[in-house]
Amino acid sequence: MVGYGMAGARAVAELRARDADVKVTALGAEPHRPYNRILLSALLAGKVDEDDLAIAAAPAGADVRLGEAVVAVDAGRRVVRTGAEEHEYDALVLATGSAPVVPPLPGIARSNVYAFRTLDDCRRMLAAATGAGRAVVLGGGLLGIEAARGLAGRGLTVDVVHIGRHLMDRQLDDDGGRVLTRTLAGLGIRTHVGVPAEAWTGAALRLADGTEIPGDLLVLACGVRPDTRLAAGAGLTVDRGIVVDDAMRTSDPHVYAIGDCAEHRGTVHGLVAPAWDQAAVAADRITGGAAAYRGSRVVTRLKASGVDLAAMGSPTADPDAEVVSFADPARGTYARLVIRDNRLTGAVLLGDNPAVGHVVQLFDRDADVPADRRTLLLGRAHGADPPAVAASPALMPDAAVVCRCNTVRKAAITAAWRAGGRTVGEVVAATRATTGCGSCREAVCGLVDWLSTVDPSTEVAA
Amino acid sequence: MRRDFQPGNSREAAPKRPLGTVVGMPAADTHCPYCALQCAMTLRAGMTGVEVEGREFPTNRGGLCQKGWTAADLLRHPDRLTQPLVRDGGALRPATWPEALDRVVDGIRAIQDRHGRDAVAVFGGGGLTNQKAYALGRFARVALRTRTIDYNGRFCMSSAAAAGNRAFGLDRGLPFPVADIAAADAVLLVGANPAETMPPFVRHLDGAGLIVVDPRRTATARMASLHLQPTPGTDLALGNGLLHIAITEGLVDKAYVDARTTGFDAVRAAVSDWWPARVERLTGVPVADLHATVERLAGARRAVVLTARGAEQHAKGTDTVTAFVNLALALGLPGRPGSGYGCLTGQGNGQGGREHGQKADQLPGYRRIDDPAARAHVAAVWGVDPADIPGPGPSAYELLSSDEVRALLVFGSNPAVSAPRAARVERWLRGRDLLVVADFVLSETAALADVVLPTAQWAEEDGTLTNLEGRVIRRRRLAAPPPGVRTDLEVLADLSARLGVPTSAEPRVVFDELRRASAGGAADYAGITYDRIDAEGGVFWPCPDAAHPGTPRMFLDRFATPDGRARFVPVTHRPAAEEPDADFPLYLTTGRVLTQYQSGAQTRRVAALPGEPFVELHPDLAARLGVADGGPVTVATRRGSATAPARLSDAIRADTVFMPFHYAGAARANTLTNPALDPVSRMPEFKVCAARVTAA
Repeated sequence: MVGYGMAGARAVAELRARDADVKVTALGAEPHRPYNRILLSALLAGKVDEDDLAIAAAPAGADVRLGEAVVAVDAGRRVVRTGAEEHEYDALVLATGSAPVVPPLPGIARSNVYAFRTLDDCRRMLAAATGAGRAVVLGGGLLGIEAARGLAGRGLTVDVVHIGRHLMDRQLDDDGGRVLTRTLAGLGIRTHVGVPAEAWTGAALRLADGTEIPGDLLVLACGVRPDTRLAAGAGLTVDRGIVVDDAMRTSDPHVYAIGDCAEHRGTVHGLVAPAWDQAAVAADRITGGAAAYRGSRVVTRLKASGVDLAAMGSPTADPDAEVVSFADPARGTYARLVIRDNRLTGAVLLGDNPAVGHVVQLFDRDADVPADRRTLLLGRAHGADPPAVAASPALMPDAAVVCRCNTVRKAAITAAWRAGGRTVGEVVAATRATTGCGSCREAVCGLVDWLSTVDPSTEVAA
Repeated sequence: MRRDFQPGNSREAAPKRPLGTVVGMPAADTHCPYCALQCAMTLRAGMTGVEVEGREFPTNRGGLCQKGWTAADLLRHPDRLTQPLVRDGGALRPATWPEALDRVVDGIRAIQDRHGRDAVAVFGGGGLTNQKAYALGRFARVALRTRTIDYNGRFCMSSAAAAGNRAFGLDRGLPFPVADIAAADAVLLVGANPAETMPPFVRHLDGAGLIVVDPRRTATARMASLHLQPTPGTDLALGNGLLHIAITEGLVDKAYVDARTTGFDAVRAAVSDWWPARVERLTGVPVADLHATVERLAGARRAVVLTARGAEQHAKGTDTVTAFVNLALALGLPGRPGSGYGCLTGQGNGQGGREHGQKADQLPGYRRIDDPAARAHVAAVWGVDPADIPGPGPSAYELLSSDEVRALLVFGSNPAVSAPRAARVERWLRGRDLLVVADFVLSETAALADVVLPTAQWAEEDGTLTNLEGRVIRRRRLAAPPPGVRTDLEVLADLSARLGVPTSAEPRVVFDELRRASAGGAADYAGITYDRIDAEGGVFWPCPDAAHPGTPRMFLDRFATPDGRARFVPVTHRPAAEEPDADFPLYLTTGRVLTQYQSGAQTRRVAALPGEPFVELHPDLAARLGVADGGPVTVATRRGSATAPARLSDAIRADTVFMPFHYAGAARANTLTNPALDPVSRMPEFKVCAARVTAA
């Protein structure tokens, strides 16, 4: 296993779970103990400390060597070489991940420029942020916004510069992007879109239109590039990533690639969920199984407090598609769902969307959407609950159950009154209403009050 | 709002004494025969039958649900058995007690001679009094000398018990009085629907602070200010996800974790994988609701986490409960006055019934049967050689599917309806050489028996039970059973005597023996007497001696582990034993309704309790299947199929159908359920399996 990040660690666990006899050696380039990359934005935001980033220990029997970078793969001899050693393999899994894209801007090599990818990146950025007043984030994708939110949460003034038409333009439509911009503004994050950056002066990011955005540090979040160097050096087929088939096998049948470094059917994912799907397939194949990877349905979920964003599938709708949408920009809520053949093909949900979990599952499973589409926006179907019993005694149907614990209907209360029950206590004694959980007591009191007013022939006892 | 009229008004709310009650007629202050809340009630022998009245008690605050109000309707029910039955030529016919008992004992002897002692099995119930549970375990180990004994509590709270033992070193369903729940600012209720299953318990809940986890929007969920509606079988991921958030939001009570627990680092690493978006995708519970849940629990001055069957009845039930125990520990709740983790026990004596030896691996006092010291202590009380006490036996479902078992004696249970994969269990029951059932009606299991022994009902016997909060209370006799009927203790004493081991059938004598047998055990009853129960309104165990005040709140200073610290245990989510697929594309989950209790053998016979079997499904699903509300639908799984009328409701997820398990025959839900067992608790997976639904 070359690489012991999120994908590599998962694949080791999957291998050992399937076959306790398989001998696994994992070589990780980063020196510190393996950590959960998902939590780096929480670390940046100051919500967790480094201890909280620990991931589960490697399974017993796995030989995990950290700080040992592989420098070459000799596919012919089936060995990998670290600085000093060689390791033979029957099956090799490349989980080398990706590296941040560094745009070719003047000044980008200055010391106060930080990528946001590894724990070390995060440590450096945190050290720089301490005492700094302003940060500029270059790149308004998922990672850039998470970095911006984290730094803003630490009290910095943050500007996000994004070359696209709007933030997260790969995931969001125009309206969604506008609502997100507004939400971020409420959190103290300004957004600049559609203008390329020209240079980092060390104290400001200069845009092509001449605007200068001051900052004490610059954070790069311009995307990632699959790390294919080892694969290319070994003569494996490499396009954008290391090309793999449905078995996660590269052009060499003894070599697999998973995670950010792999390219499957033209797609390179940069997220953990697909990497884990791939890790399971590779582990299954290596241990003699026949699992196949057929792609992942990707749901993008922004992890930033105060911003609840879920995006999945394609934000664009062809003319035949059905679009269900809701917007409440003042409160930062926006939802847009694209439906075709009764299935979700894409969705953007931003802000307070009570059905977001439901929508994510429908997309994930490619399942039929509800007949009442409002359910997707508002949670359960609107107005489906029976009216509260106490709303108006007069309008309550005779068959309405007033006391559930004892199945006492309005008709029984009325009958108890007609039979001479004139106080709540007498009606209760005759019907057993209120004697279970007690929560219908107000309703019973209301009914008795109402009966005493609509039935003037009777004297009301105290 | 609900709180305003709770304690003060409940007395006033209780109905006046019904007309027709004659002053001076016998009366008994006792408790309801049904669920673990054990609502206090007073019985009076009236001119037209036994009158029931709610009685003020901390658990029910005077309240009763309709099951309790109508409990006496079975005392003179036409279905009541008043003489033994024996099977002759394929049919049951009346017999005398000596004939029936001889037939049982002759059968036992013949089978044990031929197949060995373990070929005779005993199956008990969580509704039996402490005395009966104790006597049953002793009967099995001393009179039958069989290791093969277990009980239906295995199907009830065994996962919570296993998780509690693992974390705290001891399992008491609620380690605090139920009234603490009313005083908590936040209550997380995982897989419980007390508004239907124990309605007067709801008097302790305040909707504002209540968070309910349930795949259905139940009556309880509707009360709550936050309802999490997860995919069936994903509660473990939910629990881990909540703990993940507690960690990433800095809400862990680190001082408590340092001072009172061990193992946090491994759990922290284990939940690291369960970030909110992943949990949302698996469970369907929105990330924002996950956050809100943790923030409310962490922000409350007093918070309580409770699990019940919804979380527990899974092949991963023990780990699922552990996930929520881990959450409670991280938030510093257990052992803190007014806060904590607890399990809502289900059956009437689900607590006491799991402590005194009717469980396969257990001896009285919650002792382990494989512990030499425990065996020596109990053997001394029983007057036997420790080596003669058998070892642990198979768990309930394993017992009910074992070919080695040739004879089965059933007390207080109806496994033909309540066991998983019930059609197979029914076939198995039919295939025994000898099936003996003690019951007061001809339950579905009794109908299969070779010998049926008619027993007393709750109003006709004395005993003690231990309610859901660990409080030992008294069941008091109102009147003698009808002629021809014997108590379970009498039946056990009769059988025991015939087997050459004389024992007492007197409840007070048996209780005193139980106290001695439990002395020094985890569930120590040694200091609990009838007089103290009467004087103190029940006594909480452990209570090791007469001077000990009992233990309403446990773990305040230390947990029951060797080092006194609670144990974090890392757990990870895995799929249900059977997930939906192309052939069986839906989830089936099972549960209860308000008007019925357990297998329904009692409540289905009470005319005043409405209730018909049904299949609850979402209108969208019904439309796709062409099913109309009320129309018959068939639910099929790999174990069989069941048919019942459709009940359309948008309170259930469209990928899930629900059936109540109280019914027999064509509508028997347990025909469908999956007997995949939890590796620790041996709990079957009642709460989730894959199903196909069609219009019948």
